[in-house]
Amino acid sequence: MIEHELVIIGGGPAGLSAAYGAYQKGVKDILIVERDVRLGGILNQCIHNGFGLHRFKEELTGPEYAQRYLDLINETKVQIKSDTMVLDLTKDRIIHCISAKDGYQTIRGKAVILAMGCRERTRGAICIPGDRCAGIYTAGAAQKYCNIDGFLVGKKVLILGSGDIGLIMARRMVLEGSEVVADVELCPYSNGLNRNVVQCLEDYNIPLYLSHTVTEVIADEKNGRLKEVTISKVDENKKPIPGTEQHIECDTLLLSVGLIPENELSQNAEIEIDPRTKGPIVYDNLETSAPGIFACGNVLHVHDLVDFVSMEAERAGVNAAEFLQKGELTGPLVKVENHELVGYTVPQYIRKVDLDDGYVQIFFRVRAPMKNKRIVLTANGEELASFPRLNLAPAEMENVKIKKSKLKDVDMIGVSIQEMKK
Amino acid sequence: MSNKYDFIIIGCGITGASIAFELSKYQTKVLIIEGSNDVSMGTTKANSGIIHGGYDPEPETKMARLNVEGSVLTKELASLLNFHYNQLGSLVVGSTEADHKIINKLYDNGVTSKIPGLKILKTKKEIHDLEPNLNPDFDYALLSETAAIVAPWEECIALAQTAVGNGVELQLDSPVTAIEKKDNKYVVTASGKKYTASHVINCAGTHADLIYKLALGKDADKSFEIIPCKGEYYLLDKNQGGLVNHVIFQTPSIVGKGVLVAPTVHKNLIVGPNADFEVISRDDTGTVQSNISFIAQSAVHSVPTINFRENIRNFSGVRATLKDGSDFLIEESPYLEGFYNFAGIKSPGLSCGPAFGKELVRMMGEKFTYEKNSNFKYYPLPKYFKELSGEDKEKAIRLDNRFGRVVCRCESITEGEMIRAMHSIIPGRTVDGIKRRTNAGMGRCQGGFCGPKVYELLRKEFDLNPDEVLLDRDGSNIIVAKTKGEK
Amino acid sequence: MRELICINCPRGCHLKVDEKTLTVTGNSCPRGKTYGISEVTNPVRVVTSTVKITGGDSPRVSVKTDKPISKGKIFDVMHLLDEVELKSPVNIGDVVLPNILGTDVNIVVTKKM
Repeated sequence: MIEHELVIIGGGPAGLSAAYGAYQKGVKDILIVERDVRLGGILNQCIHNGFGLHRFKEELTGPEYAQRYLDLINETKVQIKSDTMVLDLTKDRIIHCISAKDGYQTIRGKAVILAMGCRERTRGAICIPGDRCAGIYTAGAAQKYCNIDGFLVGKKVLILGSGDIGLIMARRMVLEGSEVVADVELCPYSNGLNRNVVQCLEDYNIPLYLSHTVTEVIADEKNGRLKEVTISKVDENKKPIPGTEQHIECDTLLLSVGLIPENELSQNAEIEIDPRTKGPIVYDNLETSAPGIFACGNVLHVHDLVDFVSMEAERAGVNAAEFLQKGELTGPLVKVENHELVGYTVPQYIRKVDLDDGYVQIFFRVRAPMKNKRIVLTANGEELASFPRLNLAPAEMENVKIKKSKLKDVDMIGVSIQEMKK
Repeated sequence: MSNKYDFIIIGCGITGASIAFELSKYQTKVLIIEGSNDVSMGTTKANSGIIHGGYDPEPETKMARLNVEGSVLTKELASLLNFHYNQLGSLVVGSTEADHKIINKLYDNGVTSKIPGLKILKTKKEIHDLEPNLNPDFDYALLSETAAIVAPWEECIALAQTAVGNGVELQLDSPVTAIEKKDNKYVVTASGKKYTASHVINCAGTHADLIYKLALGKDADKSFEIIPCKGEYYLLDKNQGGLVNHVIFQTPSIVGKGVLVAPTVHKNLIVGPNADFEVISRDDTGTVQSNISFIAQSAVHSVPTINFRENIRNFSGVRATLKDGSDFLIEESPYLEGFYNFAGIKSPGLSCGPAFGKELVRMMGEKFTYEKNSNFKYYPLPKYFKELSGEDKEKAIRLDNRFGRVVCRCESITEGEMIRAMHSIIPGRTVDGIKRRTNAGMGRCQGGFCGPKVYELLRKEFDLNPDEVLLDRDGSNIIVAKTKGEK
Repeated sequence: MRELICINCPRGCHLKVDEKTLTVTGNSCPRGKTYGISEVTNPVRVVTSTVKITGGDSPRVSVKTDKPISKGKIFDVMHLLDEVELKSPVNIGDVVLPNILGTDVNIVVTKKM
């Protein structure tokens, strides 16, 4: 059995940032296990810019952002096992992995950080009826084919979903010579950043059909490749309205319909998963229900900006270092609950330790776009804190900070969205 | 290579593969002609994957007799050929008086057909103890201990590759366009080539009537008619796979066995099928919103807690039903000596599988003059890498380090297994061909992650142009061109 | 009068720009004013894409324009990139094509390979 102080599963932005955070806090024996041949994770295929505005005060492309952390890690003695897949994780922090180079190995970490990222929702998850032909891809898979392998998945593209991945791929396909006939979005609003709607759709005159969805996929006569899709308008319950069908010719359908944290290993380790986030339930120090196993980045909850992934992951690294140096934390808990108009919170629990020291940061997303509201924290029937916000949107992860000293007599804190006070 | 054969089998689904397998145990010269680019491409890869107990069909029908025989043979072959098989049993559940009557009738069928392991459960408690997630209203059930689940494409590939390993020839990509009788022999034209045989075995599934009509020529009106019937399914995430321990059938009706809920051999949950006769064509495997909604509504009646948001794939298969007659049509053509039809092979076709081969030999009686093949060998499917012990995993990686590189993350399938599948007896040459042989792409991300990697492995291994790698059927190219205007 | 949404920060101010007088209203900061004027006079964009590369761990390496370039030139930039073939190793910031299309904009590598 190979032993390490800290093992990090995943060498994407979360894993790299976590390694950096732990190293800065004094952990020298760190191993990152990464399934790809190179580090950087999903950033390697995110060749567009918009990354790093918060973390580095510069606008960077994905690979450039990754390199910043790689440069930081290169200064350290962090060890890397790349081209290595973790097959199993146990709750006592034993990792089973395999690689072509080293075969089958078991590794024990005194602490483990989960940084496996997320996967894309598929056609099956939203049950689009019709033929099962070539020409249907998740946006991320099309992005991999295009940006890493240099392959064009199709010539006439329809995109389902107007989140950032869908918008980015719309522009990418146009630039590489394909025609993007439309972007179709289920909600009455786009889920992506405004800058992307402008630079990816408006710049190229790609129509955006809000409150629409794809209701059928039709293949050519050979039943080989996509030939057309049917789109329909949807009602306020997101159900297709009969009679609103439109047939759109296309040979490619890109699906950008949501991301799901990749927690198969977490479940193997019997870590409790939050059905709202689909990620592990964590304490404010990002520790999961399994002692010594921490989680950060998209595996914990789907983020909107990689900058926030890094900040969260560095914290996870620091906290894992503290676990290694000072042992497990215990203490009474504050349960964090999502109330009106809030979809989930991370963390789900706050440990009442060192209450005189500093802040706790609560991350969450709202359920609908809103303007001029207050984020309200309540406890024991009273407002603990209130934060005004001009704009709130489900696409943008929100966070609020509260002084830990305010939690002395609290065992539950509710996060909700309320009207502005007069 | 001479083009003269003792037998030409048209179609390599479970029927054709099973017959080829049986014939390869004798000193015969056999050719399988298959229209698609792989075996198991029709109904065989798109059904419930159930080996039925055998009590559904009327006793003494071919369906009943061959189901009982096939059920036993399938179990033996699962260990000899290493396809995934699990004899977990089935329950036909009911709650009304009418249901009770039908269940009793099925039980009586089973007794008459001498099916072992049948029992009627008469209390809610007995049923609930076996299946805690079933609708608690079910108070009557037929338990069949011999029922099983199988991966039907695996079984078909295993049977076909054993046949090929023992000397049977296989021509893929060869739709039959003409069949002529000349001097007591059949000349079959497929893909521009002509093949001659003493006997033709028509196993062409939903196209069986079209094939027969080719042979009948001006007597085409004497052929049977196939009515295609589509059945759609949900395949749900493994986290739903533990909801039931048996195959759960609703009480059957005239239309069919109803919507079933069952675990799969890969630990997913399968739900379906419906029975839709309004198909666009014999190859129309599209799913339809109203059908998939109906299946979900019907299934929650059996298992109320199925979470359809955990669906990973919908698919459908087209079954060959006969316009006239409810039993299989298995016969030597009364108009064409030496031409055998295996037609209307709808449910329980898969369950009969290996029995079809034995039935042909029996049917031919004295005309079957071939000696046994004393060199006959089984060609089992390889074990999945993930199923090997830690020690055997290490050995595999040392022999070929590509077994150390996991490509399909959801199912932990390695590059070594994929390359091996590209060079197996019946090689996988498309993304779905690799999927059927290795399980890659069957997981919850449905090939989103491994798809581009499998694509690249195929492209390199077969030295293909970017637009030549197929997803599955002919014409299903995944990529149209390279970026940057490269040729 | 052009109506635009400013993309400089998440506030997304709704701008109104008079194309004749080049006055901007609706902005909450000076960057909004600059953006508004630039969008109606000479809209510019950073172009990110890939070029062919040999000897690396994949057949394409990512590149970008090191400054925003006139929106009308985007497809000309793409055509220039079609002709490029790099050889590994390359570093972030390596100039692939200097001063493209008569401007002071360079194409630079954005991924170490």
